Amino acid sequence: MQLIDCPWCGPREEVEFHYGGQAHVDYPAKPAELTDEQWARFVFFRDNPKGPFAERWNHSVGCRRWFNAVRDTHTYQFLAVYKIGENRPEIPGART
Amino acid sequence: MTPPGADLPEHPDFLWRNPEPKRSYDVVIIGGGGHGLATAHYLAKNHGITNVAVLEKGWLAGGNMARNTTLIRSNYLWDESAAIYEHALKLWEGLEDDLGYPILFSQRGVLNLAHTEQDVRDSVRRVEANKLNGVDAEWLEPDDVAKICPILNVSEDIRYPVLGATYQPRAGIAKHDYVAWGFARRADEAGIDLIQDCEVLGFRTEGSQADGTARVTGVRTSRGDIACGQVALCAAGHTSTLLDELEVSTPLQSHPLQALVSELLEPVHPTIVMSNAVHVYVSQAHKGELVMGAGVDSYNGYGQRGAFHIIERQMAAAVELFPVFARAHLLRSWAGIVDTNPDASPIVGRTPYANVLVNAGWGTGGFKSTPGLGWCLAHTIATGELHPYIAPFSLDRFVTGALVDEHGAAGVAH
Ligand SMILES: Cc1cc2nc3c(=O)[nH]c(=O)nc-3n(C[C@H](O)[C@H](O)[C@H](O)COP(=O)(O)OP(=O)(O)OC[C@H]3O[C@@H](n4cnc5c(N)ncnc54)[C@H](O)[C@@H]3O)c2cc1C
Ligand SMILES: [Zn+2]
Repeated sequence: MQLIDCPWCGPREEVEFHYGGQAHVDYPAKPAELTDEQWARFVFFRDNPKGPFAERWNHSVGCRRWFNAVRDTHTYQFLAVYKIGENRPEIPGART
Repeated sequence: MTPPGADLPEHPDFLWRNPEPKRSYDVVIIGGGGHGLATAHYLAKNHGITNVAVLEKGWLAGGNMARNTTLIRSNYLWDESAAIYEHALKLWEGLEDDLGYPILFSQRGVLNLAHTEQDVRDSVRRVEANKLNGVDAEWLEPDDVAKICPILNVSEDIRYPVLGATYQPRAGIAKHDYVAWGFARRADEAGIDLIQDCEVLGFRTEGSQADGTARVTGVRTSRGDIACGQVALCAAGHTSTLLDELEVSTPLQSHPLQALVSELLEPVHPTIVMSNAVHVYVSQAHKGELVMGAGVDSYNGYGQRGAFHIIERQMAAAVELFPVFARAHLLRSWAGIVDTNPDASPIVGRTPYANVLVNAGWGTGGFKSTPGLGWCLAHTIATGELHPYIAPFSLDRFVTGALVDEHGAAGVAH
């Protein structure tokens, strides 16, 4: 079982966390002006890279807070964790 | 009584040729799993198209085809899903003759358990929908469930008691490797080149997506460039990495999906039992292993392994439902990488490139569709017309809102 480093609580076991998918998907600034195509992209379309991926995690049975992480989807290794609102750390090869 | 497995056929001494790739083909199929091989077979058999290459980055059918738990059924909820899976099931019923090769298709039936009042309502609804679509289905009360599967714990005092089950008698299992080899041998005999150790790395393209003139003129592979008339993407969990090369985005998300087998046991489990609510499904293989699976690991991944706690939960559910399994030893576990969509249905059909078809997103359930999908994709390649069974699964359904939300039957299991 892998340890995940919650930015508030420190390393905890993977079972304490809930996965939230791709990070940094911004809510549309002017929702009323979106085309169907743009809505579909916001609601359904996500990246699916093999390699570093910025994603959201929730420490659901700990502090219950959301945070972001860059994790390699090939090795499953966490390359960085950071708080919501902070910029994604520079990691070579990361797309999002 | 013959011991379990004694009736397994010997391995044939000849499988297929191992040709060098030619510099050009009419059709290039990317991915030598069940779907790619079935498409190749029906291209030759139904349409006489044989200037075809199937390109496989590893060894033939070593991806999810080699890793899946081989459950075959067609009791899906929606008309669109029932149509393609039932088409496939009918083909399964004649596949051994068609391929001239044993596939050990065993129609032992599937029980999909209901553990809550909502499960019961959903299940009964699905049974009625199945009947309207000509799919065999029944709703069974716990006593009748126990008659079909006597080792199942139907007592009322377990955490999630069995409140009943849907039953599809024509469902079954088949020997996955033999299925792949049967398709491969037939395609090879027809002159189609099956090329292993040949990874597609990218594409040569012309035109532009913006004005609708985009085409692929060839594929770039680890064994050189290969020109092609048409391309069919059948790379299962890895399809979106190829679509990234073409700058085509989709909702596809790849996840590890794990399975495991026990040591060999005497025949104890006569059917297939699935439970979405407590996350386990079990059948007994021809040789005697209990074959078990659960839901996908939650995170995106390409590592072909998953987390241990998923296995723990699945074993806990299995032992509660089947107390007799408590002393069985786990022999091996593994994972494949499956691609999922928000509506739990595949994406099959056209892409922004006029001569590229996509077939992906079968998630946890694409083994059972193998012959049906191959049939329909071959038809589409040969005629240029989307086969009616795959037409509802086009990529643009995420924009038009015509989703085929199949969670009701697909759930997290199969
Ligand atoms: C543990 C597990 C249990 C499952 N259980 C069931 C079940 O009980 N019933 C069911 O119906 N379905 C089941 N499935 C799902 C089923 O296995 C898949 O949906 C189905 O195999 C997908 O189609 P395929 O056979 O073509 O995929 P695959 O066999 O994965 O074929 C894709 C091939 O493409 C190759 N490839 C990838 N990228 C490239 C590239 N760039 N160049 C060349 N080749 C490439 C891969 O190596 C692979 O061989 C299960 C899957 C898993 C992992
Ligand atoms: Zn925390």
